[in-house]
Amino acid sequence: MATSLKCLLRSGKQAVLVVGRRAFHRSSPAAVQVTVRDALNQALDEELERDERVFLLGEEVAQYDGAYKVSRGLWKKYGDKRIIDTPISEMGFTGIAVGAAMAGLRPICEFMTFNFSMQAIDQVINSAAKTYYMSAGQQPVPIVFRGPNGASAGVAAQHSQCFAAWYAHCPGLKVVSPWNAEDARGLLKTAIRDDNPVVFLENELMYGVPFEMSEESLSKDFTIPIGKAKIERQGAHITLVSHSRMVGHCLDAAAVLAKEGIDCEVINLRTIRPLDVECIEGSVMKTNHLVTVEGGWPQFGVGAEICARVMEGSAFNYLDAPVTRVTGVDIPMPYAKILEDNSVPQIKDIIFSVKKTLGV
Amino acid sequence: MLTNISTVLRACAQRNGAAAVVSARNYADFTSQATFEIKKSDVFKLDEAPATEVVMTRDEGLQYYRTMQTMRRMELKADQLYKQKIIRGFCHLYDGQEACAVGIEASIKPTDHLITAYRAHGYTLTRGGTVKEIMAELTGRRGGIAKGKGGSMHMYCKNFYGGNGIVGAQVPLGAGVALACKYKGSDELCVCLYGDGAANQGQIFETYNMAALWKLPVIFICENNRYGMGTSVERAAASTDYFKRGEFIPGLRVDGMDILCVREATRFAAEHCRSGKGPILMELQTYRYHGHSMSDPGVSYRTREEIQEVRSKSDPISLLKDRLLSNNMASVEELKEIDVDVRKEIEDAAQFATTDPEPPLEELCNHIFSNNPPVEVRGTNPWAKLKSKDYILD
Repeated sequence: MATSLKCLLRSGKQAVLVVGRRAFHRSSPAAVQVTVRDALNQALDEELERDERVFLLGEEVAQYDGAYKVSRGLWKKYGDKRIIDTPISEMGFTGIAVGAAMAGLRPICEFMTFNFSMQAIDQVINSAAKTYYMSAGQQPVPIVFRGPNGASAGVAAQHSQCFAAWYAHCPGLKVVSPWNAEDARGLLKTAIRDDNPVVFLENELMYGVPFEMSEESLSKDFTIPIGKAKIERQGAHITLVSHSRMVGHCLDAAAVLAKEGIDCEVINLRTIRPLDVECIEGSVMKTNHLVTVEGGWPQFGVGAEICARVMEGSAFNYLDAPVTRVTGVDIPMPYAKILEDNSVPQIKDIIFSVKKTLGV
Repeated sequence: MLTNISTVLRACAQRNGAAAVVSARNYADFTSQATFEIKKSDVFKLDEAPATEVVMTRDEGLQYYRTMQTMRRMELKADQLYKQKIIRGFCHLYDGQEACAVGIEASIKPTDHLITAYRAHGYTLTRGGTVKEIMAELTGRRGGIAKGKGGSMHMYCKNFYGGNGIVGAQVPLGAGVALACKYKGSDELCVCLYGDGAANQGQIFETYNMAALWKLPVIFICENNRYGMGTSVERAAASTDYFKRGEFIPGLRVDGMDILCVREATRFAAEHCRSGKGPILMELQTYRYHGHSMSDPGVSYRTREEIQEVRSKSDPISLLKDRLLSNNMASVEELKEIDVDVRKEIEDAAQFATTDPEPPLEELCNHIFSNNPPVEVRGTNPWAKLKSKDYILD
C-alpha cells in the first residue's frame, strides 16, 4: 500500500487534486486541495440534492457552466427546472427570484458580478430585505444572492466595485464574505439553509486558488455559522481584521512582520453583517492595536463601521492608538496596470500601516 | 498586356527598393461608380423602405474597404496582444461586424452622436479615434485615448460616448443625448447601439417609451449577432424580431453583413429622425467571429461549421471586395496595396502601444471631478494623502 495516493485528476465536473502524503506508517487522512470554485460548486451540488426547493438562476449558469465555471456540471445533472439560464434582465430575474422565494422555493440568484446587481438592487433591498419586517413575520424570503464582488484584474471602473458596505448597511439582509475554500463551502451551505435573504460576496481572483481542506470540512453537513469571525492567526501585538481576498494579504503581511518580531493576530470576518464585534473586541483587548483591511472604498465602509463599533464598546479603553483603516484608494478603478496596482491595498501597505499604528 | 507591363514595372521597382508602386494601370480604366441591387429590408410600421438600388462610387468603395480592413486587422492584432498578456482584463472583439460600424458612419455626419456598448473598438475608430490611441488604450498606456484609465470598454472621443460596460445602460444615455440635440434645436441625431442580449433589458423599453413620447431624434440600432455571450437568441427572447420590439416605434431589419444595406438603411433612418418624426429602430443582422470576449473560446454554444460558413459566404469585407472587382471598380493589386498599408499602420500602432510608457502615478487621482479645485484623495491608508489636479481644460 505504501504507495502515495495517485494524483487523480477528475477532469470535467470536479477537478479535485488529491495529493497524497507518503504514508509509511498508518495513514493520516490525505490532505485534499480544493479550489474556492470547486468548494462552491460542491456546496451548490450538495444543497441542490438535499432540498428540492433549491434552484439556481442567472446569466450563463446552465449551459455555459457559469461565467466563471462555478456552476460547472450542475445543469447536466439537474436540468432546466433547477438550473435556469436567464436573459440579461437583472431587475426582472431578481424580482422573479424573490417572488419565487416568497412562494416557498429557495432560489439562489446569481449576479455575474455584483456590479450588475445595482440594476436589481431595489428588488434585493425593498422586496427581499424588508419584507419579513413589513409583514410582521408573515412572509419570509429565503433567498441567496451570490456572485463575484470587488476588484478583479484589469476590468476597469464599472466592473471592480466592492458592495460589502452597500448591502451591509441594510437591516433585513445578511451579508457574507468568504475568504478560502472552507469558508466558501461552509458559508454557502449555511446561506442556502438560512430562511433569510443572504448576500454572498465571492471574489473572482480567489476562484482558482486551492486550499487544503480537512475531511470534516468536506462532509455533506459541514456548515459555518453566519455572524462568526475566525481567528486565522493568533498574535499578541496587533489585530488585523479583514474579509475576502485581503485576509490572505494580511496573513502574508503577518509572516513578513513576524520576522521583525511583530506578532499579528489576523481575524477573518467571514460575515460582514451581522458583524462579529465580540471577536474583534476580544482581540483588541488583548493586543491594544487594530488595523482593518478591505478592498473597498474608505468612506462609509466596513473599516469605518468597525471603528465606530470599537469606539462604542468596551474595547475602546484598551486601544493604545487610533484604529487604522487600510482600504482601496478613493477613486474609480483605473485600467492601466500600474494605476490599478496602486488603487488597492498591497501587502506593503498593510505592513506600513501596522508599523505606523504600533509607532515603530 | 497592360497588366503584364505593370507587373514587370512593379517587380523592377521592388528590386530597386522603391516604395510601393501605384498600379501602372490608368485610373481611367476603372468604373467610377456603379449601381447595385441590394437586399430589401424588412419593415415594421413603415410605409416606405430603404432603397434597393443604390449607387456606390469607386472612392467610396475604396474608403469602405480600407476602413473595414483596418478595423479587421486592428481587432486581430488585439487578439494577438491579449494572448501575449499585453492587453488584460476584458476584450470584446468586433471582427465580422465591420459593415455595421462603417455603414452607419457612411450615412451620418461627424456632428451626429453615437453611443454603443462594450464591443466598441470599431466605433471608436469610425468616430475619429486613431488606431494608435485605441491600441495604446488597450495596452493601458499614457498615449491611450483615455490615457490608459478606461481600457477596452471605456473609450471616448468627440460625439462618441463610449464604450459602456453595463449591458443596456447605454440606451437611455443615447436617448438623453438625443434629447439634448432636440433641446438645443440642432438637426443632430444620436445613433444608439445595443446587442441582441441587451434587447431584453427593461431600461430599453423604458427608453423606447420616452423616446417615442417625446419624439427624440434617436436611431436605436440592435446589432443582432445571434448570441448574447453564450446564449443564443432563441434561448433569451420570447420574440426574436428585434426590429419590432419597439412596438410603437417603426422598425427595419437589415442585412448587417452588407455595407451597402447598412448604409442605405441608416440614410433612411437618419432622414426619418431629422424630419422630426421621432425615433426609429434598426436591427442589423450580423455575426461575430470571436467569442463573446477573449476569455470565451466561442465554440461551446455554436459550431465551428457555422462560423466557417459565415466567413466563407457572408464576410463583409469579401462581399465588398467582390463587388469592387467584379464591377471593375478596383484592381486586385490596388486592394493588396491597401492591405499592405493597413498592415503597416497596425504594426506601427502596435509598436507604439507596446512601447509607450504607462500613465504616471500622478494620474491616479485626476479626473474625479470636472472644473473643480484640487481634491484630496485618501490613499490605501490614512497617511497616504493623495491629490488630484485642477483641470478646467484638458
